[in-house]
Amino acid sequence: MPFARPFAILLFLLALLGAAAAPARAQSPAEIVPTMFDASLRELEDAVAALVATGDPAVVPVLRALGDGNLYETDAGGIYIFSGSGPILDAVTGEPVEGVVEGDLSRIRINNSLRRDVAAAIGNLTLMSENDRTRMSAAREMFSTADPDNIPLLEEAIAAEENAGVRAVMEQARAAALLASGETLTEEQFSQAIAAIASRSDRESLAILTRNLANATTDTQRTAINAGIERINQALAIRDVAQNVWYGISLGSVLLLAAIGLAITFGVMGVINMAHGEMVMIGAYVTFMVQEVIRTSFPGAFDYSLAIAIPLAFLVTGLVGVAIERGIIRWLYGRPLETLLATWGLSLIIQQGVRTIFGPTNRDVGNPSFMSGTFEFMGLMITWNRLWIVIFAAVVFALLLLVLNRTSLGLQMRAVTQNRRMASAMGIRTPWVDAMTFGLGSGVAGLAGVALSQIDNVSPNLGQNYIIDSFMVVVFGGVGNLWGTLVGALTLGVANKFLEPFAGAVLAKIVILVLIILFIQRRPRGLFALKGRAVDA
Amino acid sequence: MTDWTKRIGSAVLAGAMGASLFAAPALAQEGEPIKVGILHSLSGTMAISETTLKDAMLMLIEQQNEAGGVLGRPLEPVVVDIASDWPLAAELARRLIEVDDVDVVFGCWTSVCRKSVLPVFEELNSLLFYPVQYEGEESQRNVFYTGASPNQQAIPAVDYLMNEEGVERWVLAGTDYVYPQTTNKILEQYLLDSGVASDDIMINYTPFGHSDWQTIVSDIVAFGSEGRKTAVVSTINGDANVPFYRELANQGVDAADIPVVAFSVGEEELSGFDTTPLVGHLAAWNYFMSVETPENEEFIAAWHDFIGSEDRVTNDPMEAHYIGFNMWVEAVEAAGTTDADAVIDSIVGIEVPNLTGGVAEMLPNHHITKPVLIGEIQDDGQFFVVWETEDLVPGDAWSDYLPESAVLEADWTDPMNCGNYNTETMTCGGSAQ
Repeated sequence: MPFARPFAILLFLLALLGAAAAPARAQSPAEIVPTMFDASLRELEDAVAALVATGDPAVVPVLRALGDGNLYETDAGGIYIFSGSGPILDAVTGEPVEGVVEGDLSRIRINNSLRRDVAAAIGNLTLMSENDRTRMSAAREMFSTADPDNIPLLEEAIAAEENAGVRAVMEQARAAALLASGETLTEEQFSQAIAAIASRSDRESLAILTRNLANATTDTQRTAINAGIERINQALAIRDVAQNVWYGISLGSVLLLAAIGLAITFGVMGVINMAHGEMVMIGAYVTFMVQEVIRTSFPGAFDYSLAIAIPLAFLVTGLVGVAIERGIIRWLYGRPLETLLATWGLSLIIQQGVRTIFGPTNRDVGNPSFMSGTFEFMGLMITWNRLWIVIFAAVVFALLLLVLNRTSLGLQMRAVTQNRRMASAMGIRTPWVDAMTFGLGSGVAGLAGVALSQIDNVSPNLGQNYIIDSFMVVVFGGVGNLWGTLVGALTLGVANKFLEPFAGAVLAKIVILVLIILFIQRRPRGLFALKGRAVDA
Repeated sequence: MTDWTKRIGSAVLAGAMGASLFAAPALAQEGEPIKVGILHSLSGTMAISETTLKDAMLMLIEQQNEAGGVLGRPLEPVVVDIASDWPLAAELARRLIEVDDVDVVFGCWTSVCRKSVLPVFEELNSLLFYPVQYEGEESQRNVFYTGASPNQQAIPAVDYLMNEEGVERWVLAGTDYVYPQTTNKILEQYLLDSGVASDDIMINYTPFGHSDWQTIVSDIVAFGSEGRKTAVVSTINGDANVPFYRELANQGVDAADIPVVAFSVGEEELSGFDTTPLVGHLAAWNYFMSVETPENEEFIAAWHDFIGSEDRVTNDPMEAHYIGFNMWVEAVEAAGTTDADAVIDSIVGIEVPNLTGGVAEMLPNHHITKPVLIGEIQDDGQFFVVWETEDLVPGDAWSDYLPESAVLEADWTDPMNCGNYNTETMTCGGSAQ
């Protein structure tokens, strides 16, 4: 393979020359495609180079199918394009074929280096495409390859380009290729190239500039580069801070979701519920089951799976919570140590039960399409699933506040926790309120499970990983105060993310733990301590 | 009916059958049964990986009994659950050997488990077959290492990236415990020896079960945007992998740009999620389920039959148990007894076929010969082999890339009979310090 790459590039060069001079010399796609049958990786590499050599945009679908793993062969020697659904297409003509069924197809497998070749080839072949997006990604691909041989092609494309955004990227790609060519550039060319690259202000352009600093011949060139580097560094520094804040908020929202149910069972009721993590886990498994049913029965509705899972997870874990309260915890009120032991034992039982039923391995919970991928916001890469989890955490928090402060159940809950006997004397059924409160807390934990199933393993150990963090957040924020939990979760999340780049993930966790211990020494009741006699009740 | 609904039924059934199993006497063969201990975690964190190995062992024992047992005697499995609790593992190992009277034990996954049961096997002079790739730097008379040592997995993987993918910058990412720490120490030294500048190596450790990878993945992206080819060598353990790969996919890290080669991610770990975004990331093992050999096809068919599901995958540690079990059977047949000393003497040099079309030989240092395969993850959760060593690689107990262990050698045959023979001081007993 080491010598196959230069060979491919050579072929490609010949192709570019050939495309201009004598297009008839190259093989036709109809001749090349059949050679991909039963081909070794090296033979495939040659076939890709030969396809590129045709210079024919008609080969793009075949190349794209190869790159995406949608190119198949049959035992009979046919090569077909099949995207998992829809008709099976002939790789040469692109027409649907009869008489070939999905079962006959076996995939033509490729490796990373072929994938890169294919991407670069598609970039070259699609630079003149009609679609803005295709041209944009072609130009981006050319920027990262920075191949001096592409300069004529890019210049042609820039001259024809009408979309300003795409043209800017093309100019950056040309600048990168010019700087990589090693030719002596005129002052003007050089400063233009530097300016074009500096305008990207990302780490890639920083690397290009830094490399060229050594090649700069005159002082003016050096100043131009240094100014560019300075600008990029400033932009990056601001972006890093913003990125850390965002990561912190995102981690904080996960912590908030995991802890907020505990803020009710532990914070409001004072029950040390070690099985809280298992409620989260059950919520995640409910999501898994919902998705499983949807996958087998209504595959089209997959994007709605979470919308169905959310109320279901709340109900299931809420009912489990009520059952736990009625069955175990109500006999242990006022005996925190026994409660701790009983719920811890319960957590082990639930874990092992889930392990027996669902197996010890991770279960596959998919991201709906609206939760996959990233988007760029002011230079920050924000992943959709994190954003949705932040929103979800905020909504859950707001709803919970509403329930506690604006409903009669909330009123009764607060009354019972503040003064049980007085509440009882006023005609509140305190056992019922206890069960409902515990059910609410558990149900919210189930909601957290739905969210966590999107970013973490759905395995019997899921809950275990969050129980300590949850207690940490509730204790730090102040027992019995939802706002405290919110501030606590966000503070811990952001602090963790600012420490991590310097201290590493392991040390960051330790530092946070030590800080919390010191903080609790100073303020045993957390950030927002409840005042009044409820505290001592 | 879906998989998990069947599982509920089978769990109930298994309980009922388990009760009757103990009542039924061994029928097939004459003579006192030979007891085989299985020491794996069936609950707790490690159950995710080890439960499968327990099942694989039960299958191998069942097959051997159908083929007539060993020395004309049936094999009887004794399964214990170490519950991912390492002191408990030592206690249970003792119970297996002293109370249950087993002749051989197959077990452990983590290095800490192996380290904690070692003294028990040494003291009671019994046999342990350890099936998982590990950090090396060990050779013990009573232990047989059927998983890969670093020179059978990590070093070839790095060679592949360096030579075939042209990688110049390296991220060594691992979970914070003994296997990644030692492996990364060896790899770092190896990379430095190969002329990689220390600025081009980034080492990162994360806690067990780490789930928030945002910062680390963006650090990796930043490290890789220098314009030179970057790769991640991952010794991230089990559970933390899914969120790690998810974050990679979400931040748009493509295998063609920054490939990740993993040493702890196999078919079993991937069966937990949709691998479409991971296509092209790599793993280095000595066995892949996708290898097409008659032995492997037979093994997979038997496994599906035994476990009652076509969806279950096979993986590298299962093959290690397959090899280890067959080696033990042959050694016992050769020695004519299950006595530990006799088996230790007879097993060195024994060759059994592995599942990838080669032969595994037990070496005097109690490691075995293995091929090294590099596979790329496919969208069906399987691996496509893109590279393999031409010859079998003999397992090296002591790394040649660490100065303090380069002088050590292990050989459990006469005249040396030592696990850490120092070739400089000519004494048995570890490094010069």
